[in-house]
Amino acid sequence: MSRQTADSAVVIGLEVHLQLNTATKIFCGCPTRFGAPPNSQVCPVCLGFPGVLPVLNRQVLRYGIRVALGLNCSIQPKIVFHRKNYFYPDLPKAFQISQYDLPLGSSGFVDLENKKVRINRVHMEEDAGKLIHKEGEPASLVDYNRCGIPLLEIVSEPDLCSPEEAYAYLKTLKGILQYLEVSDCDMEKGSLRCDANVSLRPQPDVLGAKVEIKNLNSFKAVARSLSYEIRRQGEILEEGGRVVQETRLWDDVKGVTQGMRSKEFAHDYRYFPEPDLVPFSVSTEEVEAVRAALPELPAQRARRFMAAYGLPPADARQLTAEKATADYFEQCVKALPAPVENKRGKVFANWIVSDISREINERGLENIQALGFPPSSLIELIGLVESGAISGKMAKEVFIESLASKKSPAAVVAAKGMSQVTDRQAIREAALAVIQEQPKAAEDFRNGKAQALMFMVGQLMKKTKGAASPAISQEILKELLGGENS
Amino acid sequence: MEISPKEVEYLAQLCRLELTPEELKLFAPQIKEILSYVEILKSAPTHNTPPTTHVLSLANVYREDQIRPSLDTEKALANAPAREGPFFKVPKVIDAS
Repeated sequence: MSRQTADSAVVIGLEVHLQLNTATKIFCGCPTRFGAPPNSQVCPVCLGFPGVLPVLNRQVLRYGIRVALGLNCSIQPKIVFHRKNYFYPDLPKAFQISQYDLPLGSSGFVDLENKKVRINRVHMEEDAGKLIHKEGEPASLVDYNRCGIPLLEIVSEPDLCSPEEAYAYLKTLKGILQYLEVSDCDMEKGSLRCDANVSLRPQPDVLGAKVEIKNLNSFKAVARSLSYEIRRQGEILEEGGRVVQETRLWDDVKGVTQGMRSKEFAHDYRYFPEPDLVPFSVSTEEVEAVRAALPELPAQRARRFMAAYGLPPADARQLTAEKATADYFEQCVKALPAPVENKRGKVFANWIVSDISREINERGLENIQALGFPPSSLIELIGLVESGAISGKMAKEVFIESLASKKSPAAVVAAKGMSQVTDRQAIREAALAVIQEQPKAAEDFRNGKAQALMFMVGQLMKKTKGAASPAISQEILKELLGGENS
Repeated sequence: MEISPKEVEYLAQLCRLELTPEELKLFAPQIKEILSYVEILKSAPTHNTPPTTHVLSLANVYREDQIRPSLDTEKALANAPAREGPFFKVPKVIDAS
């Protein structure tokens, strides 16, 4: 049998659960505050005591419509909740109130850089409680504070073909959800969670058995677990075996997935309409009102940045993927005297997508705000370069030093006595030395090879440890060489 | 529709009921009888009728997103068969194999 792990053979679909940041739970007035003492935000409704009636939080429906529209879904005009029955102690009623055949939103899509990923559905449901397993004791402790917190489940079609694509989809989706401001999208707090479904096609037109991966605590874990699972399933198929359809748990420390004892999770949910919640109708006016109030989303914002500041598409995309980053860029350019020329806009964009992004990634920070380098600092730093006080190369050092010392760029420059050498005599001396050391380059320049000048400017910068003003250096070198190019 | 004791056993497992082999045999024909009523209902012509999920004519009953007092933790735990501090305590149900 040929290798089955080629991209085209991999079929991945993702289920994302998003906690909505409403003040209260989906069906009762209990608060949703994170980190409250165990079982302090519970009531007879969310504890599933007999005889209680759930009532839908109107804000959940509004937020749900907002997300469904943000993901280009069509909205179901008639909404019905269903009971999903399963037995597990995180669910005191032994059923979860969810949606089944009439989900809030359906048939949407998310645009990735090179691909459209279809969204199958967006539906509302309640979260379950939290179990804490006791080490060495056959018992678990339960905290029901989370039980009844509103969730949206966002299910993609199996349009993803690699762990990298799954990662890109999650990044893009999270970006959109952040812009919609309905959740803090914090994976560490569990307000954004993801399960992955993956299968390999044993033959090009045959679907393989689907494996669901749970316990994924970061986007990186999603990508890693998928890589592992693709390899595992590929090996089974290569040996002529059969992949078992099952749910597997990701172990982030060992880097493996492990099967769960499947008996407890009989996937027989016996859905039926929730008799305690009456149906809901969503009018066209209501949908249009939510649509009209939608914020600018990442793709639109990227297009606006391209038009307003002449940014290349890749930069505009990177700049707008996270709301915090795009806000940062916008705060910078808004602080500049209008109109902001394309060139200046690009300088700021370049700093953000290169040096600043690199530091955020290297430090594993949540977003640009966590870096501690506010827009005012970047404006100050770029101002120092534009005024000729420091060179572009020095600016990079000042940036790193400013992060380390938590001093403003101007304070760093003053403290370190850094300043660009604009003293023409000093530069002239260095330039003469370079010409002497590099006779070949000097000769080339005189013979009309323009690039040779840039090489010599580079040498001069090296000699002055980056302190010489590149503009003045170029000017003086040309003057001294006096070749055909001058 | 025939209902075998094996199907009753599966149903009992989903419902978390422990039934003896005798009970499985006893209930199988009874469940079959109940389901045969549904067979009669199924003969009604319904292809032009939208499915009814609720019999009340009510719709769109909401509450606004306003906090109401929760139960006191002690009250919430009062009827729990087992507890540990502020937690409910339950038998361990699942772990990875």
